Amino acid sequence: MSIAIYILTFAVLLVGLYAVVAKKNIIKIIVGILVIDYAVNMLLVLIGYRSGGAAPILDKGLEKEKAVAELAKTGVDPLPQAMVLTSIVIGLGLTALMVALAVRLYQKYGTFDMGRIRGLKG
Amino acid sequence: MEILLPLLVALPLGVAFGIVILAHVPALRRATGVLAAAAVLANLVIAVRIFNLPSMAFHVGGWGGGKTLGIELVCDGLAKVMLVTVNFIAFVAIVFAGPYMRRFTKLWLFQSLFLLMTGAMNAVVLAGDLFNLFVFIEVAAIASYALVAFGTEAEELEAAFKYLVLGTVGSAFILLGVAILYSLTGQLNMAKVAQGLTVIGSGPAVLLAAAALIGGLALKAAMVPFHAWLPDAHPSAPAPISAMLSGLLIKTSGIYALARIVFNVLGPTTQYAYILIILGAASMVIGMFLALGQWDFKRLLAYSSISQAGYIVLALGAAAYLVATGGETWVAKLCLFGAFFHLFNHAAFKSLLFLSSGAIEQQAGTRQLREMGGLVRTMPVTSFCCRVGALSISGVPPFSGFFSKLVIIISLALAARTSDNPALMYTLCAIAVGVAVGTLLMYIKVQRYALEGPQAAAGAEVKEAPVLMCAALVILAIVCLGAGVALLGFREYIFDPVSGALLGALR
Repeated sequence: MSIAIYILTFAVLLVGLYAVVAKKNIIKIIVGILVIDYAVNMLLVLIGYRSGGAAPILDKGLEKEKAVAELAKTGVDPLPQAMVLTSIVIGLGLTALMVALAVRLYQKYGTFDMGRIRGLKG
Repeated sequence: MEILLPLLVALPLGVAFGIVILAHVPALRRATGVLAAAAVLANLVIAVRIFNLPSMAFHVGGWGGGKTLGIELVCDGLAKVMLVTVNFIAFVAIVFAGPYMRRFTKLWLFQSLFLLMTGAMNAVVLAGDLFNLFVFIEVAAIASYALVAFGTEAEELEAAFKYLVLGTVGSAFILLGVAILYSLTGQLNMAKVAQGLTVIGSGPAVLLAAAALIGGLALKAAMVPFHAWLPDAHPSAPAPISAMLSGLLIKTSGIYALARIVFNVLGPTTQYAYILIILGAASMVIGMFLALGQWDFKRLLAYSSISQAGYIVLALGAAAYLVATGGETWVAKLCLFGAFFHLFNHAAFKSLLFLSSGAIEQQAGTRQLREMGGLVRTMPVTSFCCRVGALSISGVPPFSGFFSKLVIIISLALAARTSDNPALMYTLCAIAVGVAVGTLLMYIKVQRYALEGPQAAAGAEVKEAPVLMCAALVILAIVCLGAGVALLGFREYIFDPVSGALLGALR
């Protein structure tokens, strides 16, 4: 199980990395970055996964000891979900900035091809 | 006094968003620049005030004590030195930006992003848990991507896009490392993760997390195999931002975080030490050779940043090696002293050089060294300050750069005498001396072509920079002149807590 989630994450991460490294089109590079982001977010979600898990909230209907025991048996770890939410929001900001830059680059160069956007050298 | 710690982060962030609102009120539109400078000055005052207080921690939202999942702001000896450095350079840069940024429109956007970056860097330095570290590295990075593209000329957009792509990949790897460490230890707090890791030992998963973290942070610090974005991004930004990026950002979100992760979280082993040593040595040598061939003043400075950052990482690596192999602790402390002394000095003189390159660019209208010439006669104050910075970075005796390089070289030589691998340490010592000579050559070239020599054709009507810009340059020049001797005298007071913060967890 634990090895499997790393392998899955790495497979997705490498797909994104391939797009970033090998593709010349700005839009494809942006999609590649998003895939990398999703791979890491997926790892975070999978770390918090628990089969048959329930929301980590104390059941007010039960007695306290019972409720705590129930929580320990079925409650999922809420922290990875808090982290993944933060990470998704950061990803949203980055995506907006990337797309804005891509639009401005298109206005200046008239192309999305990084091979033809070569103002800088050395 | 713990309440001062969140203020260091909250004040710049709050003012940053306040400025956006103020800019839309016609009566207050002109006040945004002064407000931004006042916020940074207030931060500097707080940072200096905190310096005398004992180490402390602040638990955000009161989630302290037994619970370890809350956000913790930790202010130890290392964080104090970094806080003073960050806020001091940021203040000088924003004073310089006053007259310099006048040619741009939408200045409030610049001021807002500048404060976001400063506040995020303060938060990176104070972060006591890994996820908070990642989040604020990202906030600082996003603000810096936007600032690199601030001019919105074709080349600036291109540099910003390259920087953004590589920076984001680096951040993804940092988050990957944090996620793996969390899944292994169930903790995010740095001290608790370190405790958890001592129980687990070093399995393949820990090594994977270490590789992801060190790779991602080395990308942020622009160490040599990952340096491709820096020479494009740093020169493309407006001069005060170049000074912030080269002087501070690669150090806080790169080198500082690297030092924290290796020393305080993972615990130094010979593997990590070798990685740091190789990264540092490669950056020093390759950065120096690439800088020697540059004719664009700002590109030369950017490559030289890679080379000088290499010194800091090399000294960190040597300290990690000594700790890992059970070498003399006092030599390891000397290495760390050299590393952070050089970090402070480099922040001061590289900002000085970038700001003076900005002043020259504005007044003489060029960044090409060959087209300058004779500026010593037309811009005496800027030239004098530029010369102080150049002498300082090349390690000429009374200036600060000499002392920090000397400390690094001496500590490497001592490490060679006391550690179990003298050949390696003597080689590193030789590299450090050789790169210092190369740096001197590089800045002789700057002196020869920009300041001395015949007057350039367009240079006759070049005037001295405005007063505020000169004032910023003079402040930094005084620091470069005085910091060497002064800080050496206060070594026990300032830098022993630094090495204590990094080595303390080991004893």
